[in-house]
Amino acid sequence: MTTVQTTQTFELKASDDIVAVRQAARRLAVSLGFGIVDQTKVVTATSELARNTVDYGGGGVAIVETVRNERTAGVRVTFEDHGPGIADVEQALADGFTSGSGMGLGLGGAKRLSHEFEISSKVGEGTRVSILRWK
Amino acid sequence: MPKKGKLSEVFTKRDAEIVSQWLENQGKITKRVSPSEQNETTRASKDFMAALREATKDGEISDISGREWEPVKEILSELSASRAKAGYSPSETASFVFSLKEPIFSILRAETQDAVALGEAIWEATTLLDKLGLFTVESFQKTREEVIARQQQELLELSTPVVRLWDNVLALPLIGTLDSQRTQVVMQNLLEAIVATRSDFAIIDITGVPVVDTLVAQHLLKTVSAARLMGADCLISGIRPQIAQTIIHLGVDLTNVTTKATLADAFAVALRRNGQAVVKTKKLVAKEAAEA
Amino acid sequence: MERIPILKMGEFLLVTIQVDMHDRLALSLQDDLTEQIVKHCAKGVLIDISSLEMVDSFIGRMLGSIAGMARLLDAQTVVVGMQPSVAITLVELGLSLEGIRTALDVEKGMAALKSAVMENEIADDDGPDNPNV
Repeated sequence: MTTVQTTQTFELKASDDIVAVRQAARRLAVSLGFGIVDQTKVVTATSELARNTVDYGGGGVAIVETVRNERTAGVRVTFEDHGPGIADVEQALADGFTSGSGMGLGLGGAKRLSHEFEISSKVGEGTRVSILRWK
Repeated sequence: MPKKGKLSEVFTKRDAEIVSQWLENQGKITKRVSPSEQNETTRASKDFMAALREATKDGEISDISGREWEPVKEILSELSASRAKAGYSPSETASFVFSLKEPIFSILRAETQDAVALGEAIWEATTLLDKLGLFTVESFQKTREEVIARQQQELLELSTPVVRLWDNVLALPLIGTLDSQRTQVVMQNLLEAIVATRSDFAIIDITGVPVVDTLVAQHLLKTVSAARLMGADCLISGIRPQIAQTIIHLGVDLTNVTTKATLADAFAVALRRNGQAVVKTKKLVAKEAAEA
Repeated sequence: MERIPILKMGEFLLVTIQVDMHDRLALSLQDDLTEQIVKHCAKGVLIDISSLEMVDSFIGRMLGSIAGMARLLDAQTVVVGMQPSVAITLVELGLSLEGIRTALDVEKGMAALKSAVMENEIADDDGPDNPNV
């Protein structure tokens, strides 16, 4: 059972906002006592997805939360936009950095850096991506 | 709201008797007991009996999830934890609860004339104690797991030493099984040592690693890649014939990594790459000449 | 707006990235660097990222762009000081930073730049393989 401890919402409109969101993620990870590697993974995944939201999602919001389950605590970041949406999520996740198509660059990487990853997207409506890393 | 039953009555009126009979039973089951352990058990038994009396006084006998059962469960948790740490077996620990059955049953028999009421009361007692006994075992398990986790952590820290072979050359002799968690710690230690010692070369020796599966091979590759990103060169040595076969069969691509059969070979390569070599001194030349 | 300072060290340029960069800053850095390389006829660029606690694909691309632009202007690039946690994360992310030279610190980076410059001069003399010969 995962419960939310704290929650903060950030607007993601321009690249300055990306910095704000990843700094928030860093602060939370530090406050929960994450090791340096885990901190870096959270912040990097957050940065990738925040960038996607700004560059491809037409802007949106990021919800940064600390969560808890029976064993430990974690940081969860959820990105929501009302952009064009992703037609083929599987493809987007599989694309490597050399594909040049853009969207795939951050998704697969962010997934690898997280313990839990959820994505739902509808063409013409928008995308919602959520990543979670436990301590 | 269940009516106040026979069991609760017995817990209130005959508690002292139950406890003394109970302690006697416990003494028969757990043999080697030091005086301080005995004191702890006596105290726990008395506290448990009191808590049991409190918890059942309003009639709730079957559902132990309510708040009134917290004190009872707390006593059991504490006892399980201390016994788990002291090396008691799960049975010995759970017997704390189960050995309470006999005294309760005999008192119930003495107190109850009606066979049906006796049957009901014994059924209630046994169901309740079974639940509490299982709770004890689970607490015990949890503590044991915590002890194991802590020991694993300590073992982890002890068994991943980074050795400075030479100026600029580090070696990491890995011994034992590499699981995900251990490998991450190992990776971090090595990379941090590379920074701290400003070493351009690191040799990961896997002679002491019995099994190399896909995950281990991938972790090794990731370590090599990370070291390269930082500007250091990583070699792998200690590849035994069986390991070589496994790696090929797994399809892991080590073509971009320098691999050597022995740490000595890898060391020689590192030295050469560093622009160094081992040469014979005059002393050795003279010695060889004398022996010729 | 703040700009990342570029130091001249002999025939090399030294850049130390210390702040959490946003896009505008990264773009202005690229502009400034290319300008300075030409202005000083610099042979090499040393980028010190030892203060960076995170490198994402954006920064990775920036480093790649800088190396590419510098090469076109006949300058070599070395990136130094990557933190272990950053390296581990980059590997997991799948970013290889291929084609970018790296070194542990500024001193080693300078040595690497010097040898890279020499190699480049030798390569210049030989020229790239002519497919029509």
